[in-house]
Amino acid sequence: MIQYVIRRLIQLIFVLIGVSLVIFLTMHVLPGDVATMLLGDRATNLQLENLRRQLGLDQPIYIQYLRFAIGAIQGDFGLSLRSNRPAFDDVWTAFPVTIQLSLAALAFAIAVGVPLGVVAALRPLSRFDNIVMTVTLFGVSMPIFWYGLMMILVFGAFLDWLPIGGLMPIGVEPPRVTGMSVVDSIIAGDWNLVITSLRHLVLPACTLGTIPVAIITRITRSEMLSMRSHDHVRTARAKGLPEWRVVLKHVLRNALIPVVTVIGLQLGLLLSGAVLTETIFSLPGLGRLMINAILARDYPVVQAAALFTAFLFVVVNLFVDLSYAWLDPRIRYR
Amino acid sequence: MTVTAVTPTARAAWTKGATKLLRRPTARLGAGIVAIFLLLTVLAPLLAPYSPFDQDFAAALQPPSAAHPFGTDQYGRDVLSRVMYGTRIALLSILVADGFGLVVGTLLGLIAGFYGKWVDSTVMRIVDVLLAFPYLLLALIIVAALGPGLLNSMIAIGVVYTPQYARLIRGQVLSVKTTEFVLAAQAIGANRARIMLRHILPNSFTPVLVMGTLSAGTVVVETAGLSFLGMGSQPPSPDWGAVLAEGQGYFLTAWWIATFPGLAIFAVVIGFNLLGDALRDHFDPRRRKE
Repeated sequence: MIQYVIRRLIQLIFVLIGVSLVIFLTMHVLPGDVATMLLGDRATNLQLENLRRQLGLDQPIYIQYLRFAIGAIQGDFGLSLRSNRPAFDDVWTAFPVTIQLSLAALAFAIAVGVPLGVVAALRPLSRFDNIVMTVTLFGVSMPIFWYGLMMILVFGAFLDWLPIGGLMPIGVEPPRVTGMSVVDSIIAGDWNLVITSLRHLVLPACTLGTIPVAIITRITRSEMLSMRSHDHVRTARAKGLPEWRVVLKHVLRNALIPVVTVIGLQLGLLLSGAVLTETIFSLPGLGRLMINAILARDYPVVQAAALFTAFLFVVVNLFVDLSYAWLDPRIRYR
Repeated sequence: MTVTAVTPTARAAWTKGATKLLRRPTARLGAGIVAIFLLLTVLAPLLAPYSPFDQDFAAALQPPSAAHPFGTDQYGRDVLSRVMYGTRIALLSILVADGFGLVVGTLLGLIAGFYGKWVDSTVMRIVDVLLAFPYLLLALIIVAALGPGLLNSMIAIGVVYTPQYARLIRGQVLSVKTTEFVLAAQAIGANRARIMLRHILPNSFTPVLVMGTLSAGTVVVETAGLSFLGMGSQPPSPDWGAVLAEGQGYFLTAWWIATFPGLAIFAVVIGFNLLGDALRDHFDPRRRKE
């Protein structure tokens, strides 16, 4: 296992170098000159040249990349062109919002998806199974940005059950410790704040979690069905175990190994896919930060947010692979 | 010179295949939705009751009625007409984005699989790096570099799909290139381009066709998603994502502006998903048995 981990970590380094190269090169084929963009059209040639020298834009491209890579390792992406703060500080401030939303969406997806998949697999092709499969097909086909608006319309406007946007009501905020509104509210020990922050999280988390619910339901169902015909399950039945015990101990337990992998992969996708949900619900997360930075052509922030998100995605996927290798020895000896 | 013609036998086989494919009701539903979608792209100017751009401030923000079945937006434009014309942009996004991914990815995968060695290693390492990106992030980075706009957003999504096609076709090529008919073609001295394009490609293409159909739906959602974020089509385009974004501001008072384009996206995605699933089952012998 240790050899496998070392091999994967070495691969990770190469992937991260590749990812950073893609981000760096993409930003450098930009139409337009960064110096002109910063100083405006009225800047003199001398001013432009000075700024280019100051930013290192007069250096050969490989030197620029090395400076970028060394800066990135130290968390230094330069100053945001909008806020004039270090770009990575903006990313670090937005990150807890995205991670809280993604974890809540994943919790929702697991809580709904796994039981639905299990129950559907108990009686395949029954009416319930057909309904579940149809609804999950709708779930995977859902344009998330539209679905979010529908949730707002139904639960926020018509029924008036839940708040329709933001992390907290305006002017109400727990003292910042982690940046995650629910956790900070718990740390503050104010249960009213905890309930308020949870109420604000429900609609975005359900919106973001809908596609993962559909995917987790489908994979749980299909793994349960394929596991049912295995020899060890037949043996368990043959020795007279009650059906619930066969399902829970012998079918579900083994079927969950690939489901765990899918759940892990979903987390990586949720972290990066939260951009649409954050936009609809006005949440100041990483995705929203990146969109605003792109629209304002704030490239230090775009680079910092992109590299940080890609890094998270790659690391989460590495952990998923490692957990899978840990659960299934055949992988690590391949 | 070779003359290729559709012989009666080939036509009969095609008809038989299509009948078999459409035997399942879900496949018929999918094909029906896709057919309506394609028809609308052609017939939009004939069927749409108004121009998608004509403003009529006297009729602004009207709820659905006989005159405007999907209501009107804040400028008094007919939402039904905008949704109908939106099919054209959706089709364009499929052709450009999915087409870009399919053509470039297939070429890369074909070359990598056929030549092997360092060519394969180089192409596949680039593919690995691109696959290491979450798809939406990669699309956003590319749009950030190229600048927001419909064509740029389509190219961005095309680039995102390229590595998936490349990996898929490479796997196929690796298995097909060791088959006897390819070895026979090499033995009679056929040149490499001919072997690749006439022998290997047609015999590796089925999974790509299935993936192309399944991706068509997701491409529509993703292009609309980028437009919704302000990265794709810009107003006054009747792009479904852009119409949705415009409707978002009026959502609580005029729900119809954003609701109908969303339903259109949803329907198209379901149509392509059902059709893609049917194609996959049709071409995959293991699934056919099930």
